[in-house]
Amino acid sequence: MCDPVVVKKRLPNPCNKVFSVFLFFALVLPVFIASPAYSEHGDIIINNYSDREGMRPVIFSHWFHRIRFRCRVCHTEVGFIMEAGGNKITMDKIIKGEYCGACHNGDIAWGVQNCDVCHSAIRGTKTGVRGSHRTKGPGKW
Amino acid sequence: MDKRDSVFVRLPLTCAMFCVVTFALSATIVWAGGAFTWVPLAKDKIHDPEGPAIKILQEPSAGLNMLPLDPSKVGNKVDWLKALAEGSINPLVSIYEDDMEMEVLDLDIMFPKTLEMPMVLFPHKKHTVWLDCENCHDSIFKMKKGGNPVDMYKILNGEFCGKCHGAVAFPLTECLRCHSVARKNASVTHKKRK
Repeated sequence: MCDPVVVKKRLPNPCNKVFSVFLFFALVLPVFIASPAYSEHGDIIINNYSDREGMRPVIFSHWFHRIRFRCRVCHTEVGFIMEAGGNKITMDKIIKGEYCGACHNGDIAWGVQNCDVCHSAIRGTKTGVRGSHRTKGPGKW
Repeated sequence: MDKRDSVFVRLPLTCAMFCVVTFALSATIVWAGGAFTWVPLAKDKIHDPEGPAIKILQEPSAGLNMLPLDPSKVGNKVDWLKALAEGSINPLVSIYEDDMEMEVLDLDIMFPKTLEMPMVLFPHKKHTVWLDCENCHDSIFKMKKGGNPVDMYKILNGEFCGKCHGAVAFPLTECLRCHSVARKNASVTHKKRK
């Protein structure tokens, strides 16, 4: 493939260093630069009971809530433990004002009648954190 | 058959054209667009694109594009501390008390036993603008200097720092953000090593 006699007249020789560098910048680099950002980093999928009960699993997106509340609000005042799926949240508890229900009561945030806004994941998605090494690299997975 | 028409000539030609097109396209997206884009919810492979939530939920690009970009563009690409410091966001401190303020603790803890890596400096200040003391103490970290057997294996397994870092805070691929203090007599320094 790298016989210069064959390639010389029409095209740059792919074995040429300059051309290889061009190839790298043109083909390889844009793949890294142009890939759009995932906001998923910190999205929690909660599927303790949802699939079994015929609902879509719940997505809790940290970025959305973090813009509006400090960590302490949920992790101290409301009492969420820092483990995906570790809070055994049921709709019963939410309606009583525990967990999500501390805000999602129609007062601070919209109420529990909007089932599909939280239950919005692709069916069958497993409980866990989405993003970073937890799903993309070494570590737990 | 003419040698010049062989596959060895045409393949590079096709390649070259493909390169140019790809490069032009990506350049257009990245620079001419001028903006950094986030994957829309319908395509993030988590949200059900057929679900009714897609039209109701805030898109990440709408929520995050006003916030300062993370210097190394990791995670969800937002520099959250900067966002808080410069006032791009002002998240509620409490949902029960109106005039509550965060108890910010300005105390740096050094973890010197890091083998050949630079030492780890833990800044309480950066953490206490978001979190309460009891979020980490004593359930994750004992309140004693040197009293926590932290190692990278445990962190990668989601213990200690790994409870948040890698899940909701910047990921563990950002070694030098924590391992930030070079040893004075270090035989190996990571900046010099190439």
